[in-house]
Amino acid sequence: MSLQKKLIWAVVVVLGAVSLAIVALTRGEPVNAAWLVIASVCIYFISYRFYGLFIANKVLGVNAARQTPAVFHNDGLDYVPTNRYVLFGHHFAAIAGAGPLVGPVLAAQMGYLPGTLWILAGVVFAGAVQDMTVLFLSTRRDGKSLGDMIRAEMGPVAGTVAGIGVLLICIIILSVLALVVVMALKGSPWGTFTVFCTIPIAFIMGVYSRFIRPGRIAEMSIIGGLLLMAALVYGRTVSETPEWAVYFNLPGTTLALLIIGYGFIASVLPVWLLLAPRDYLSTFLKIGAVVLLAIGILVVRPDLQMPALTKFVDGTGPVWAGSLFPFLFITIACGAVSGWHSLISSGTTPKMIENENQIALIGYGGMLMESFVAIMAMIGASVIHPGVYFAMNSSAALIGSNVDNAAQVISAWGFVVTPDMLTQIAHDVGETSILSRTGGAPTLAVGMATILSSFLGGPALMGIWYHFAILFEALFILTTVDAGTRVCRFMIQDLVGHAIPAFRETRSWANNVIGSALACLLWGYLLYAGVIDPLGGIWTMWPLFGATNQMLAAIALTLCTVVLFKMKRDRYAWVTAVPATWLVICTVTAGLEKVFAPTPAIGFLAHAQRFGDALAAGKVLAPAKTLSEMSRVIFNDYLDATLAGLAVAIVLTMLVYAVIDIRKALGTPKNTAIEIGGIGGAAVGGKR
Amino acid sequence: MTRLKFLWDRAVQTARLMVGVPDYDTYVAHYQANHPDQPVMSYVEFFRERQRARYAVEKGRFKGCC
Repeated sequence: MSLQKKLIWAVVVVLGAVSLAIVALTRGEPVNAAWLVIASVCIYFISYRFYGLFIANKVLGVNAARQTPAVFHNDGLDYVPTNRYVLFGHHFAAIAGAGPLVGPVLAAQMGYLPGTLWILAGVVFAGAVQDMTVLFLSTRRDGKSLGDMIRAEMGPVAGTVAGIGVLLICIIILSVLALVVVMALKGSPWGTFTVFCTIPIAFIMGVYSRFIRPGRIAEMSIIGGLLLMAALVYGRTVSETPEWAVYFNLPGTTLALLIIGYGFIASVLPVWLLLAPRDYLSTFLKIGAVVLLAIGILVVRPDLQMPALTKFVDGTGPVWAGSLFPFLFITIACGAVSGWHSLISSGTTPKMIENENQIALIGYGGMLMESFVAIMAMIGASVIHPGVYFAMNSSAALIGSNVDNAAQVISAWGFVVTPDMLTQIAHDVGETSILSRTGGAPTLAVGMATILSSFLGGPALMGIWYHFAILFEALFILTTVDAGTRVCRFMIQDLVGHAIPAFRETRSWANNVIGSALACLLWGYLLYAGVIDPLGGIWTMWPLFGATNQMLAAIALTLCTVVLFKMKRDRYAWVTAVPATWLVICTVTAGLEKVFAPTPAIGFLAHAQRFGDALAAGKVLAPAKTLSEMSRVIFNDYLDATLAGLAVAIVLTMLVYAVIDIRKALGTPKNTAIEIGGIGGAAVGGKR
Repeated sequence: MTRLKFLWDRAVQTARLMVGVPDYDTYVAHYQANHPDQPVMSYVEFFRERQRARYAVEKGRFKGCC
């Protein structure tokens, strides 16, 4: 490294350290969000240069001379050597979703600092490491999927167990994300109208790109985008016209049923009509909104209103239950480390990498970018008044359903807020009420609207910005619901196919309908249970989602560790073994606490028992209104406990298999990793 | 100007790949160079094939959740 470069890195290190110190140590006066941005960006550069490249070169031993599957199998379609920056964009668009936007918002109940520190530490030592290592493993195995790699390296039983884990996370993700949309749209005619409009808009786009001007992606996206903006603006008129508003002012239960029905229809309809055009719109809108938010934060440089730490670090917070360890780590989930990414890193991306020496940029770098989105979400949640934050994220069971009561309760928590402030903010964003809009999306939307309206449009456009943010979040969540239902359907068909082989045939229309219905039933049931949950659903469901997501990350990092041992890179195996161990500890602790904790707020069994005792005594506890509803609450508790327990069992099973495999690898003097396309990682010259 | 054009082309390529449609010219060039005997799909056929493949459940593809 030249002297000049050394000096530049020294400046980056000092700048990062100073910014982080300001963010972490300032007390009493508000910290500017710019410090958070500078600290994060410096940490990203340093960790990429000194840890990401170290892992690529030393730990994994990337080999620029080894042909990648893209070169080897080049077919111009699936396998195409692709420019690294183009591929970076593709990979980022594929991993970016609702998780890193919602998790940090919920984590902000403990103050911005704990969440921020985990987002940064987690991405550097766990998330980015996982994404890059899985990408590397898949690139060396013809772009095989995570499940296939686990089957090949750890045996068929471990592969099947991991497969069940993936189905579990898929169902829970779909129900929780759909719940976020329901919470954002219930009682909001403006938002509901706009999101509803995306369906006919998608039809128009679909027909346009199928028959009128086939394959013109830009044209149809622009048409769709303009129609969407029109729907957004016209939504205000709809919400202010009572005879229209009544059709779009829906309770949570109706919205849940609509989304379940929609998921089913979208899964059965031809993709070009609904799924694909919505996917195009949501992808471009997502990237656009993320860029816009970044520009907004840099231009406005807002102060963080949320304290660095709140008193809720002790686990008594109203947004989600549980103490800092392990539940903060479970809550943040995707912005720090996301198991879901291991599926994408072993999906399309490894089939397009030009050269192994680009794995660090795409795998490690892509995840750093995702983490930056999480940091922006944290900023979005922290720039609004803490009183407003808690009013939006606490369930009606805690703060009541009128502003006077809410302001009183929240002020008693130490976040002084007046009823007028709560009414005013609702009015500003064009809603009748912002109380108990749990799920993170509306909070982030208020944060985004605050930031964006202060440099584009002023307070007059706050309502538009708020609903723009809701629209963009709802749109890509619903796209995930469409796509996820199809994936779920396939996995169910595959699983049931073990017993009834005919059910595997994916071209059969009957299988298609039955599979989709089963998939929708599974996530739909959890969604509905979440909607009628008195604590707002997110309270119960989000930790479950976080735990399964981290469970998948633990599985992926376990595979990485096993393969490192098999590759005889024992001395570097800590790079994946340490985060894998941490995630196993987190998920197992969180899972066991969710099942067995004695407090009904955390433990499902304790909650079930409380309701069971009341039921036996013939009493009805809120939210249940009848004895049969009481039974249903108890049933749901047992269901949730089973899901959490299943996640723990899967992680522990994988751990046992990993230990066996590592012992076996240690007992063999040669490299036993099963790579494809080269012998034990040696370079292959020319075509095979 | 050529530099700007180059950047613009790359941006367009990125946007298209984000929604699962790789570069058509690359595809044509690949077929002409390596499989001159085989028919090359027209752009519309190529687009439809890619659209179908992106959401083909048979392959169990995953995308953007978190």
